[in-house]
Amino acid sequence: MKVLVAVKRVIDYNVKVRVKPDNTGVDLANVKMAMNPFCEIAVEEAVRLKEKGVASEIVVVSIGPKAAQEQIRTALALGADRGIHVETDEEVQSLEAAKLLKSVVEKEEPKLVILGKQSIDSDNNQTGQMLAALTGMAQGTFASEVVVEGEKVNVTREVDGGLMTVSLNLPAVVTTDLRLNEPRYASLPNIMKAKKKPLESMSPADLGVDIAPRLSTLKVEAPASRQAGVKVADVAELVDKLKNEAKVI
Amino acid sequence: MSILVIAEHDNSSLKQATLNVVAAAKAIGGDIDVLVAGENCGAVAEAAAKAEGVNKVLVADNAAYGHFLGENLGELVAEVGKGYSHILAAAGTVGKDFMPRVAALLDVAQVSDIMRVESEDTFVRPIYAGNAIATVKSSDSIKVITVRPTAFDPVAGEGGSAAVEQLDVVKDAGLSQFVSEELAKSDRPDLASAGIVVSGGRGMQNGDNFKMLEQVADLMGAAVGASRAAVDAGFVPNDMQVGQTGKIVAPQLYIAVGISGAIQHLAGMSDSKVIVAINKDEEAPIFQVADYGLVADLFEAVPQLEEELKKVL
Ligand SMILES: Cc1cc2nc3c(=O)[nH]c(=O)nc-3n(C[C@H](O)[C@H](O)[C@H](O)COP(=O)(O)OP(=O)(O)OC[C@H]3O[C@@H](n4cnc5c(N)ncnc54)[C@H](O)[C@@H]3O)c2cc1C
Repeated sequence: MKVLVAVKRVIDYNVKVRVKPDNTGVDLANVKMAMNPFCEIAVEEAVRLKEKGVASEIVVVSIGPKAAQEQIRTALALGADRGIHVETDEEVQSLEAAKLLKSVVEKEEPKLVILGKQSIDSDNNQTGQMLAALTGMAQGTFASEVVVEGEKVNVTREVDGGLMTVSLNLPAVVTTDLRLNEPRYASLPNIMKAKKKPLESMSPADLGVDIAPRLSTLKVEAPASRQAGVKVADVAELVDKLKNEAKVI
Repeated sequence: MSILVIAEHDNSSLKQATLNVVAAAKAIGGDIDVLVAGENCGAVAEAAAKAEGVNKVLVADNAAYGHFLGENLGELVAEVGKGYSHILAAAGTVGKDFMPRVAALLDVAQVSDIMRVESEDTFVRPIYAGNAIATVKSSDSIKVITVRPTAFDPVAGEGGSAAVEQLDVVKDAGLSQFVSEELAKSDRPDLASAGIVVSGGRGMQNGDNFKMLEQVADLMGAAVGASRAAVDAGFVPNDMQVGQTGKIVAPQLYIAVGISGAIQHLAGMSDSKVIVAINKDEEAPIFQVADYGLVADLFEAVPQLEEELKKVL
């Protein structure tokens, strides 16, 4: 079975994000970029499915600027077989990303598409579900376990009340949550090998998709910052302050 | 303008988050209808009809919606919602699951997790784990929006008397089936709407030690939460995770115990009114956001806290 994994290049999760002084966005100049952590989990899951003999081929796709090829190469080093780069320097919002991925799905016809549940830049949590709707596929969002059984996949989902398991017809879309797996690191020999794996590049126009954004960002501001308060000497003082100063207990 | 709010519920009771979402709808302005989709959910519809400011309650009661499967809810809400100017749902795991499907089926963008309404088409939402706050304007004819419940004070749950109307639209996409669920059972208040939250992190060392926090929580009628590290380590279940990619809480009092204060954790709790941190490392970043910081070993401080609370409560 063919598995398609979508990965996004985002600001590294360790980087302290700063809003630009002109309030047009966050400062990405000379900032370390990386694969979105949830996408790493998606790649890892696909690789494990291949190691189990469930997946036969893993195709990894990324939408973004030229530099997004770094993240595709990372996925190839982790075990994906070939890459597709939908190259654009324009901002691509979730609906348009889903439309681009739909075109790729129509060409590649994967049985399973795995994406991260959200990217840590826009924090939208939309693309996987939109792709599923546009392609008429079932979806297993916020997955903490994925078990393929014949023509179905059982997905255990992290939901507000606990865990919920659904059975989905294949082909299906799965979006990853944090507990699905712990991604491995790429080894040096595999990083070298990944350089030779096929990587095809195309434009949104090649896929026939209009990527003009529907949402415009009017401004981006820093959040209201909290002031550090006081240190209390002991528990008795803490309880006294909570009761008599803050009046919250 | 006409706004459709999708109720959040468990087929027997209406979740408070729905009242927060109705408040967001009021901030947009216009007639507000509430859609209750579920199975044997009549009691929920009655509760929704009593909420302040609701014009009409639409009920889609069918086995296809009993487990809130995104494929079925997506089709239903896209069908019912296409006559409205705005479709709103709480940004919980149900809303996050089906709302993007609604947006895609209607060929419109979704605005996720709004914290403020600027106007009928302009909304404020957090990005980058809340390190930046974006004001976004939608050019679509229908605005599909998920709402951060803690950012809007709930409307009154009593006093309204909206008409209740049964819908006979059945959308069963036939793509997915419910298999099973393991729901955390707790007599404590719901984490996302509790007035006081006591959370533990990696410093708790194991799941058994969370009992200490539970005892403190029970004295105050608080909910118990956790950091990702505590959940990943298996101390506590996933539904207790507070943060960027877990639950968003904004209680009157948040007590962080053995939590360092990573930005992803802060994203889920920094709107709390009063924050207390108990951590043995005085350099821990959590102290930068704490109103009251106690540098101490939690294994001494938490039992003392229980004793002190017993004296005053
Ligand atoms: C994509 C992504 C999403 C994430 N989402 C979330 C999220 O939603 N929520 C979340 O919480 N995290 C999230 N994280 C993880 C986050 O980056 C941190 O790793 C995590 O919050 C750390 O948890 P912690 O503070 O419990 O552990 P640590 O950072 O290890 O801190 C433990 C603290 O306990 C203190 N301590 C230890 N022993 C004692 C003692 N005896 N007495 C007192 N203090 C003690 C230590 O001084 C330390 O400060 C995410 C990370 C990524 C990459």
